Amino acid sequence: MKVRLWDASRLTYATLVVACLLSIFPIYWMFVVATRSSDAIGQTPPPLTPGGNFGTNAGRLFANPNANFVVGMVNSAFVAICVTVSVVFFCSLAGFAFAKLRFRGRNALLLVIIATMMVPTQLGVIPLYMLMTKLNWNDHLQAVIVPALVTGFGVFLMRQYAAQAVSDELIEAARIDGCSTFRVYWNVVLPALRPAAAVLGLLTFMTIWNDFIWPYAVLSDPENPTVQLSLRALSNGYYQDISQVFAGTAIATLPLLGVFIVFGRQIIGGIMEGAVKA
Amino acid sequence: MSLTLEREAAPAHRPPPPPIRARWSRWDIRVSPYLYIAPFFVIFAAFGAYPLGYTLWVSLHDWDLLADEHPFVGLANYRALVADADFWNSVVNTLGIFVIATVPQLLLALWLANLLNRRMRGRTLFRMGVLIPNITSTAAVAIIFGQLFARDFGLVNWLLGLVGVDGFDWRVSRIGSWIAIATMVDWRWTGYNALIYLAAMQAIPRDLYESAAIDGASQARQFWGITVPLLRPTIVFTVIISTIGGLQLFTEPLLFHSGTNPIRGGPLRESQTMTMYMFENAFQPNFNFGYGAAVAWMLFLFIIVASIVNVSFIRRVGRQR
Repeated sequence: MKVRLWDASRLTYATLVVACLLSIFPIYWMFVVATRSSDAIGQTPPPLTPGGNFGTNAGRLFANPNANFVVGMVNSAFVAICVTVSVVFFCSLAGFAFAKLRFRGRNALLLVIIATMMVPTQLGVIPLYMLMTKLNWNDHLQAVIVPALVTGFGVFLMRQYAAQAVSDELIEAARIDGCSTFRVYWNVVLPALRPAAAVLGLLTFMTIWNDFIWPYAVLSDPENPTVQLSLRALSNGYYQDISQVFAGTAIATLPLLGVFIVFGRQIIGGIMEGAVKA
Repeated sequence: MSLTLEREAAPAHRPPPPPIRARWSRWDIRVSPYLYIAPFFVIFAAFGAYPLGYTLWVSLHDWDLLADEHPFVGLANYRALVADADFWNSVVNTLGIFVIATVPQLLLALWLANLLNRRMRGRTLFRMGVLIPNITSTAAVAIIFGQLFARDFGLVNWLLGLVGVDGFDWRVSRIGSWIAIATMVDWRWTGYNALIYLAAMQAIPRDLYESAAIDGASQARQFWGITVPLLRPTIVFTVIISTIGGLQLFTEPLLFHSGTNPIRGGPLRESQTMTMYMFENAFQPNFNFGYGAAVAWMLFLFIIVASIVNVSFIRRVGRQR
């Protein structure tokens, strides 16, 4: 009796299957349209299975001078990798300090970091734009890289993980062996933080790859977009070559889809653990 | 003068200077923590806090991008804003879309989480299934749903046609565009919030349910009587996050309205949000930083007020149960 209460009923399964289908359908349909000709979209009933047109759609997309799609993909990959490496490094370093080092003002400063997660910094976009103009960074990738180099969310996540995953004895032992604080971090703490660092890296990569508002504001040169700005350029206009636009969204989504299929379990674990701790 | 210098230089009893290594190690222990946490504070100060604060200063000036001088005008921008019908239109749109997106989204997430919180086969698969929309970019979501909600050849209109409803032009109807945009938001975020609720549900001790079941409480009663009250901190958290994110809505409506002037959110500003209005004024086509900054600060105030109102509403509802 006790046990039965927590078993999923058939209705539960059925509802969850419907929910998953609704979640997946728009993505599936994106691939359907991306592999069809633009004329096929106008048919009744609309096509619901993939076609064989992906190659020509992608060819038109890569040759489209307004979208600069290939540049956008390369730029996004570069920006996302730079930011991910930096976020993982600086956030784990700070998280280690907050979890394992004793210093004055530690708790107060940690509270400040948690509070900054609630600040809608997006609203500072106008002075940020002015600042970038002064630095001459407008239309350059460092304008989207540098502000994202370290995040409060990341510091907090790594602190929570370091507090429970790294034993104080291990750190003491390394210190007695004559390790400097940085060597302790590099040789003892960072290896222990690897699972959390992987999750933070995945979440950061996805966020930066998908980022739109700030790149939209600061990278106005259509010759040098991120991939999301390429998609925007593709889709903006009175006439749309739908299958070409969808080929673009499909290719731009594929890297994340791959990451999600391989690391989905870890990503889910990261989101749920973060939630319990917050 | 020279006497004091001498005295300082040669104190009577001074311990021998510690070896360099020990001194370095003491410095290392004292300074390293601050060094390690400094990058966050430097980056946040330079690119987060300073711009947000400076927005207030800019908003008190007549700050045109092309003008050489930016005279101080006090609250003139705010006064103009309060009398600006287009601004209030954007406020109504933002709040309207926020309500019709967030309320169903969080209720659905709660329900989904309750379903996922069972013993079942394929747990990870179901969780991945509901989370998958969250990995797509907002730009991609807006493009896909823009086509689903297209007037001609859109799947939604085709489905409506099957049940005898005529094709609907979602883009030029205010409520229609709100629904389409809210659908995009909900599709992307419901599963994510469900996982957050699921995590909190798993922390509730099961004995509570067992004793309730022995007392004869139905599953629905257990859900409203045990699960929801114990989830209140998490619900408050998601409401705050949804408020902060929802009131800054930008990408979905921008990409939903393609054409000559998408920043207006439709020909008659049917779904122009506050952030879009800020961009319209601060960047193309107006380039009036001062006025745009005033919109930003009004939006900031709205976010604070809305968060407080929403949280106290959730608290009150929770107490009545």
